[in-house]
Amino acid sequence: MLELNQLVMDFSGFRAVNGCSFNVEEGSITGLIGPNGAGKTTLFNMIAGALEPTSGTIKFLNEDVTGLSSDALFHKGLVRTFQIPHEFHHLTTLENLMMVPPHQVGEGLFANWFRWGRVRENETEVERKAYDTLDFLELTHVAHQRAGNLSGGQKKLLELGRTMMTDAKLVLLDEPAAGVNRTLLRKLEEKIQILNTERGYTFILIEHDMEMIEKLCDPVVCMAEGAVLIEGDFQTVRSDTRVLEAYLGETVGDAA
Amino acid sequence: MELIGLANYALFMGIFIGIYALLALGLNIQWGFAGLFNAGIAGFFAVGAYTSAILTSPYAEGRLGGFELPFYVGWIGAMIAAALIAWPIGKICLRFRSDYLAIASIGVAEIIRLVIKSEAELTNSARGITNIPRPYGDLPYVQSQMAYLAIVAIVLLVAYLMVERQFNAPWGRMMRAIRDNELAARAMGKNVEYRRLEAFIFGSALMGLGGALFAHFNRSITPEAIDPMVATFLVWIMLILGGSGNNRGAILGAAVVWTIWSVSEIATDQLPQEYAVKAKYIRLFLIGLMLQLVLRFRPEGLLPEPLRGDLRSDDVSSEK
Repeated sequence: MLELNQLVMDFSGFRAVNGCSFNVEEGSITGLIGPNGAGKTTLFNMIAGALEPTSGTIKFLNEDVTGLSSDALFHKGLVRTFQIPHEFHHLTTLENLMMVPPHQVGEGLFANWFRWGRVRENETEVERKAYDTLDFLELTHVAHQRAGNLSGGQKKLLELGRTMMTDAKLVLLDEPAAGVNRTLLRKLEEKIQILNTERGYTFILIEHDMEMIEKLCDPVVCMAEGAVLIEGDFQTVRSDTRVLEAYLGETVGDAA
Repeated sequence: MELIGLANYALFMGIFIGIYALLALGLNIQWGFAGLFNAGIAGFFAVGAYTSAILTSPYAEGRLGGFELPFYVGWIGAMIAAALIAWPIGKICLRFRSDYLAIASIGVAEIIRLVIKSEAELTNSARGITNIPRPYGDLPYVQSQMAYLAIVAIVLLVAYLMVERQFNAPWGRMMRAIRDNELAARAMGKNVEYRRLEAFIFGSALMGLGGALFAHFNRSITPEAIDPMVATFLVWIMLILGGSGNNRGAILGAAVVWTIWSVSEIATDQLPQEYAVKAKYIRLFLIGLMLQLVLRFRPEGLLPEPLRGDLRSDDVSSEK
């Protein structure tokens, strides 16, 4: 579904990603782990079109999408969330979700003046979908709150919710568990699993919470210093000494 | 006698408030909805004023004109001309981040002012365009003022309803989302450049309309009217003070600031000649002081941006 080939990202002399290649199978939940500064988020930004790779190619659904903008990728079914929540802070939680669906009738200036009936019809539909999503995420009680006033965990859920407002094929989740309390975390895992099995979303998940990775992800890709260190199922990756070395930054004997 | 003078003054002020409210509404689309820092309002105001003047005024030696079209054609033309000018400017300048856009738009407004000042064949340069017909201008003075106030009020009401409709509609929601977080809006599939251009053109068209209404009210337009102080910064103060992001706030801001601006002129006119010139700066100071006070005690303006859930928020709240 997604093929990354020798991706490189240079930031004026600093190479954040250095020849990173791996593939993502349709229907999988791929975990992306690695120590801080391994280039995971930079890689995400490249896949999502927020950064243009210095070199290398990205193929999505057998099509070369290298250098496409993030709004174009969204319309191809690639949606991402942000590590630090990027909610629309002056909009309500409901509005945050309602703005997502593409090709809304009322996104045209003139439709709002001259085809108001159609716009309202479309809005009713979008609104129902947004309320369903809020129900699913158990956020209905904050539907009319300003999104900027939500708690960190609620904002994370809102980020996930936005991906549900469109017909996504591949969803990139950047540390969905960071700052989310344990109970909410279990809920989040459950939601991701449901979206994967029932809606057929493919996920790539950057996460430091190993419990979550173990529970959800197969395969797991471990990155270090801008490249793929090892990929395989969770047990294989965890027991590999190179992974430990990457995390601890020193040679570890056979203590795996 | 005194009473009639006062009534006249009120009519005069009402018309100006209406014209400024249109400019503030236009700016609210650009800044309040879309977060675009346009510091070149005077430029679009001028384009609108001159376009309508050229389209409707009688023939005059040495300049373009003599079309003598009805005033409403001139006003529509003013909006179209301002929109057409806004399009290439937006195409180039909207790529800049907000403060750079401000600098670029000041420059553009200055270019427009210089073109108007020097292109005699187009605008009659410094002498300006006179004999612009005013609708119902043949009526006696007071009736004519009243008729014009009514027209301005109707135009403002229509403009307000049209802009207000957009605020809650998906278009306005999308614009506010882009303003709040450009990166996320882009990741949600919105074409940020295109949408900003739309907001810029829409706002500029209203500014052009404001210019046209101004020209027809004065029956003439000269380059002196394109003063960045009164045509750009006063409008900014109106919007910030009234509440950016709130259309009613924009109109209220126009009313409050223009009243203070205008009444303070009467006060300074009473002063002896030697102080009158200095007093002009006191008026600027007064407006600045008021802005400071509002920003200190009510940073979101007199009427803050409303929080809208959806189009039917009433039935939703009754469900809960």
